[in-house]
Amino acid sequence: MALKIVKGSIDRMFDKNLQDLVRGIRNHKEDEAKYISTCIDEIKQELKQDNIAVKANAVCKLTYLQMLGYDVSWAAFNIVEVMSSSKFTYKRIGYLAASQCFHEGTDVIMLTTNQIRKDLSSPNQYDTGVALTGLSCFVTPDLARDLANDIMTLMSHTKPYIRKKAVLIMYKVFLKYPESLRPAFPRLKEKLEDPDPGVQSAAVNVICELARRNPKNYLSLAPLFFKLMTSSTNNWVLIKIIKLFGALTPLEPRLGKKLIEPLTNLIHSTSAMSLLYECVNTVIAVLISLSSGMPNHSASIQLCVQKLRILIEDSDQNLKYLGLLAMSKILKTHPKSVQSHKDLILQCLDDKDESIRLRALDLLYGMVSKKNLMEIVKKLMLHVDKAEGTTYRDELLTKIIDICSQSNYQYITNFEWYISILVELTRLEGTRHGHLIASQMLDVAIRVKAIRAFAVAQMAMLLDNAHLLTGNMQRNGICEVLYAAAWICGEFSEHLEDPNQTLEAMLRPKVATLPGHIQAVYVQNAAKLFATVLRKHEGATDSQAAQETSQLLVERLPLFVQSANLEVQERASCILQLVKYIQKLQQKDVEVAEEVSALFAGELNPVAPKAQKKVPVPEGLDLDAWINEPPSESESEDEKPKAVFAKEETKHSRPRHTEVDEKELARRREARKQEQANNPFYIKSSPSSQKVYQDAPGVEHIPVVQIDLSVPLKVPGMPMSDQYLKLEEERRQKEKAEKKKKEKKKKREKHGKGKKHDSGPESEEDITPAHHVDIVTEEMPENALPSDDDDKDPNDPHKALDIDLDNLLSGTNCRPLADTEKLPVRTHRSEPLKSPGEDGDVESVPQEPKKRSSKEKKEKKKDKDKDRKKSKEEKKKKKKHKHDAEDEPAELPAEEPVKSEETNEVATPPTSTSAEASDLDFWLSSTPVAPTAKEVAAPAPAPAPAPETSLAAAPDSEADEPKDAEPEEVKCSKHKKKKQKKEKEKEEKKEKKKKRHHHHHHHSDGGEDSVQNGTMEEEEPLPPMSNYCLLAENSYIKMVYDIQGNLQDGSQVVVSVIFENKSDSFLKSMEFNVLDSLNSKLQRPEGAGPHDGLVVPFQLPPGVSNEARFIFSVQSIVMPQKLKGTLTFIVKSEDSSTHEKLDFKLHFTCTSYLITTPCYSDAYAKLLESGDLKSSSLRLEGVNMPFHHLLARICFHHHFSVVERIDSCASMYSRSIQGHHVCLLVKTADQTVSIDAKCDEPSLLGNVLDEIKQTFSQC
Amino acid sequence: MIKAILIFNNHGKPRLIRFYQYFAEDMQQQIIRETFHLVSKRDDNVCNFLEGGSLIGGSDYKLIYRHYATLYFVFCVDSSESELGILDLIQVSVIIVNVCFHVQVFVETLDKCFENVCELDLIFHMDKVHYILQEVVMGGMVLETNMNEIVAQVELQNRMEKSEGGLSAAPARAVSAVKNMNLPEIPRNINIGDINIKVPSLSPF
Repeated sequence: MALKIVKGSIDRMFDKNLQDLVRGIRNHKEDEAKYISTCIDEIKQELKQDNIAVKANAVCKLTYLQMLGYDVSWAAFNIVEVMSSSKFTYKRIGYLAASQCFHEGTDVIMLTTNQIRKDLSSPNQYDTGVALTGLSCFVTPDLARDLANDIMTLMSHTKPYIRKKAVLIMYKVFLKYPESLRPAFPRLKEKLEDPDPGVQSAAVNVICELARRNPKNYLSLAPLFFKLMTSSTNNWVLIKIIKLFGALTPLEPRLGKKLIEPLTNLIHSTSAMSLLYECVNTVIAVLISLSSGMPNHSASIQLCVQKLRILIEDSDQNLKYLGLLAMSKILKTHPKSVQSHKDLILQCLDDKDESIRLRALDLLYGMVSKKNLMEIVKKLMLHVDKAEGTTYRDELLTKIIDICSQSNYQYITNFEWYISILVELTRLEGTRHGHLIASQMLDVAIRVKAIRAFAVAQMAMLLDNAHLLTGNMQRNGICEVLYAAAWICGEFSEHLEDPNQTLEAMLRPKVATLPGHIQAVYVQNAAKLFATVLRKHEGATDSQAAQETSQLLVERLPLFVQSANLEVQERASCILQLVKYIQKLQQKDVEVAEEVSALFAGELNPVAPKAQKKVPVPEGLDLDAWINEPPSESESEDEKPKAVFAKEETKHSRPRHTEVDEKELARRREARKQEQANNPFYIKSSPSSQKVYQDAPGVEHIPVVQIDLSVPLKVPGMPMSDQYLKLEEERRQKEKAEKKKKEKKKKREKHGKGKKHDSGPESEEDITPAHHVDIVTEEMPENALPSDDDDKDPNDPHKALDIDLDNLLSGTNCRPLADTEKLPVRTHRSEPLKSPGEDGDVESVPQEPKKRSSKEKKEKKKDKDKDRKKSKEEKKKKKKHKHDAEDEPAELPAEEPVKSEETNEVATPPTSTSAEASDLDFWLSSTPVAPTAKEVAAPAPAPAPAPETSLAAAPDSEADEPKDAEPEEVKCSKHKKKKQKKEKEKEEKKEKKKKRHHHHHHHSDGGEDSVQNGTMEEEEPLPPMSNYCLLAENSYIKMVYDIQGNLQDGSQVVVSVIFENKSDSFLKSMEFNVLDSLNSKLQRPEGAGPHDGLVVPFQLPPGVSNEARFIFSVQSIVMPQKLKGTLTFIVKSEDSSTHEKLDFKLHFTCTSYLITTPCYSDAYAKLLESGDLKSSSLRLEGVNMPFHHLLARICFHHHFSVVERIDSCASMYSRSIQGHHVCLLVKTADQTVSIDAKCDEPSLLGNVLDEIKQTFSQC
Repeated sequence: MIKAILIFNNHGKPRLIRFYQYFAEDMQQQIIRETFHLVSKRDDNVCNFLEGGSLIGGSDYKLIYRHYATLYFVFCVDSSESELGILDLIQVSVIIVNVCFHVQVFVETLDKCFENVCELDLIFHMDKVHYILQEVVMGGMVLETNMNEIVAQVELQNRMEKSEGGLSAAPARAVSAVKNMNLPEIPRNINIGDINIKVPSLSPF
């Protein structure tokens, strides 16, 4: 044995290590493969040895060889051996090798599960780290399922190094094992507020990845992210969050409105280009999402465009590239703002960097106008000529066509020019876009009637010179245009000058080398041409020429009859026989032209590509109904063995269902569609075509195009688009001159006949087209249905992660974790690991899901009091088991043997989900900058469960619990106070920064202290404040309310009322009614009478409160007002139910019409200088509170924002919903506060000042 | 997400490859070749972004690369990553590799300019560079961007390896002497733009 070890170590001395291997490979440049194969043999020998060090060394070398492309999967087992070494050095090598070459198909991977689990729970953090890192690369669904619990435990590890890795790897686990998402999510969310920035960043990273794919499920996290965004200083985190917001805003435009302000601030303040760029990007996304709703963000657009211009002008090519990229996003919604930078973008077209040129090309799309289209395209054509490399040239080609054809050829004034551009493009070598050019030619020729004669002439020329194009035979090659050319010449052959010649060109022997589908078109259109020729000659009674043409066809067509292509063959032989017959008739001097032409009579109208799909199913037609009853299953089964065509029989027979549910029907429909699609003999119904021909007006009714031939155009040979450019300029000049003349002489009649258009100011849009063009629109069936083809890739792994997490977030009982959603427990393991230090951990892991499920059960039972005791006992039992409280923090509130009120709050009634939802609504709907809004939101959702749970998430929360257990009212207020205090502090901080952010108390409170990271400078904390004041109260119910102006509508205010059930009974059928005054009216749903009450959309179980909002319309806002109202409701207890009512008075103060609006100091100064404002002043004596408290109070209670603060003097600003400006100058000295105020509405100002006075007299 | 990290030299020889999605070895080599082909024909003064297209992933993916004297560092990323952020990340990685390597062992090759990375480091110590990279990017996601933290973790792990006696008789000295470096000498004008990099101030361990 000892000898063996000695021998092993002696062997090792001669082993190559990685460095030797690399050196060896470098020294054997000539016979590298041979050298490596000998090395692999050595490695194989080394792997056979028992010495783990030798094995590790060998595996290390294999990792290197793997990089060079050698398959090392044969050593997978040895890699596992090295992974399981107890030494970190070897373990690391093993995991590295595994992460490089293991994948889902590696079979030894299932052997690693226990080893990895052991490493994950290793006392050495680096063993755990290495295992996590390795696992992140080769995690399989099995590993994910088996290890999810262990990793989840690690998310709460004491070492941030492990925590961040565990958090990050969860994303991989979710991908492979989507069931783990719901159970793991609360903890993941918790980690967003981890004290360690690395862990926080990892959590943000994971949630951003998740949310990117299924944004709607994460919308409710927006407030939390918003808070992070305004508090984080880590650019990486900020970038991720800002990118995430970019994905969320399209779903929730109100979020966008909230974001604009802080993002704009960031844009102004950051020096980091990457952050700036992402901010701009998200602002753009916001603007796009808002573009339909609110157009009033021109300032933001300008800011973005201006910043982007700076990027584009930068000498750094990267910034230039990104600037252009972002610019193209703005282009879609705000083309005007981008157009002003046309110079810059055209300049980028000449950049030496291809990536930049491509991006500039994207932008060109939006730059064109009628005026400059020709010019821009000319420039592009020059680039086409110069371009090396087909990719760029093809890109240019598609861009030219895109630009020209955009919005139904809107910018094309001269279609002759466009046709000649298309013809010029056919001369490109090696392009792949022949098909694109061809379809453009067809489209233009069919839809622009005026151009047909010209198009036909050009196409005839193309056909004549077909040999120039046939060089490129690959599919989609340029020869595709011949398809279009032949069809156009044939279909519109009446415009051909010399149909004979074209016919001849189409029947040249060389044509037989073209692709089959083109030949087929050639043959068919040759027949059309033949008809035209016949008619032409018959009119001239020149039978000789006609017969020659027939002869030509009879001679040439046999070539096509022999074609290998079925389509060509069939058409050719058909037409050949036809021609032969005609020839016979001709020899008998029978007039046939008329009949032959009749074969091809009729106008083809363009039909929209999607037309057929959009045909609605006529009423009464059930496509799924059987026309004939299918034979019953039993019959067919009986006959099966005997029938000769048994197979076919069974295929068509379906079990007869008398009752079929919707799902089944849908499934069958799908199956049938599939079958039909695969069945070549199934003729798809085409009601559209029939309809089109029935309903379509005759050809005569299509508006006929007037060709203005003021500019005679006859371009010999191949057309040159440049000539058009010149002609166009001349024409425009001429037009201008004419217009001037016209104006001078004022002889409208003369010119009026010549020109159809009105004279007007010469603007870009007034450039008259060279041809008066009616573009025939594509036909669509009547009642076409708007189709939304939203097809997602069914193989997308993220689809499985589309899990609604909101219910989970709110922690309510409406959809708790189902039993199936528990993470698997290691019950199959007979004995858990027994290392003494780990005991607690190991045991708590399997415990976890059980607790969770019992909580669910418990919550379900909550409503029924009788079950409570039992569950409490359960809880107590569990408490004994609890080893680490922070391991399952969400449990805390429930674990506490609390009194009934508390439990009731946690176990919320079904309505609380709506509270949760409306919470987000509330966060979103409040004014974007109002510090008040934050506070307002604070008390409102207090009953919602989430704050409780997230609060409990903080490890130290256990200490807080006893406080919560105080009598309800006290508890409530205390609890709130605490929150508010924290919020206030934050608010202070923010005000300082001059950013008025909003934050959401709701998800955020839990980790408040941790998140602030000590960045906060503390001023004396503010006392709690709330804008909610008592509305009315009796023994059953308490109502508090707050009034907010509606930013969007100057005549609306929103009254938020919190109803709190104080009784032990169930309150339902609540109806809220107000006696309207002339000035203020409650907005009732349509159809309701002016005295009808509004039903409060929820019921209140005992002890629960919830919030409802009512909208009032107001006319004058300069005076405060009181409205009388009544709340009626039914009190339902176990044995009785009674009707009750409660009267109240709603007080609309002038303050409630003010909306916190930020104002920059320069704008503020301008406002004051304007002199439009009336002034007034106020003195408050004996105010002894710190100045910042005073300001905060004014901000909070009266919806002001601080413009500037210098020592004990501050300027403040607010705006009413009807746009009155209110400016304050607040000064303080020796307990005396003087407020000088200015406003453009004196009575409003007076009332506001009175209210401010009132506020301070109360405290 | 980062889909792959490729490091190869001016001749397309791979020096380090790290795929975060499985590809068979021959496919990996093909991707390296194609990427090299795309990247190598670009001038040094053009932008550092390439739309990879068909290569890996599809239109959502971009190649973001930096070219140092003899090496190309290419990250293949999707749209969830910030382009400029990744560019900075590459720079950070290079600096960290330099900080970890340019001590003692390679005194003779010590490159004054921290902007560049020495190809030899990568050639002979691919494994070590992997370990460093693992502290920066994990499973395709950015794990840590704080240089101090990364260097500290790498060093702690190397110490551990050293205490175990290392892999071979020749001690793995390479990464161990970070703290002996004269840190103030690291050029402070590194143009990293926006990452908050404070040049490591290693606390004594």
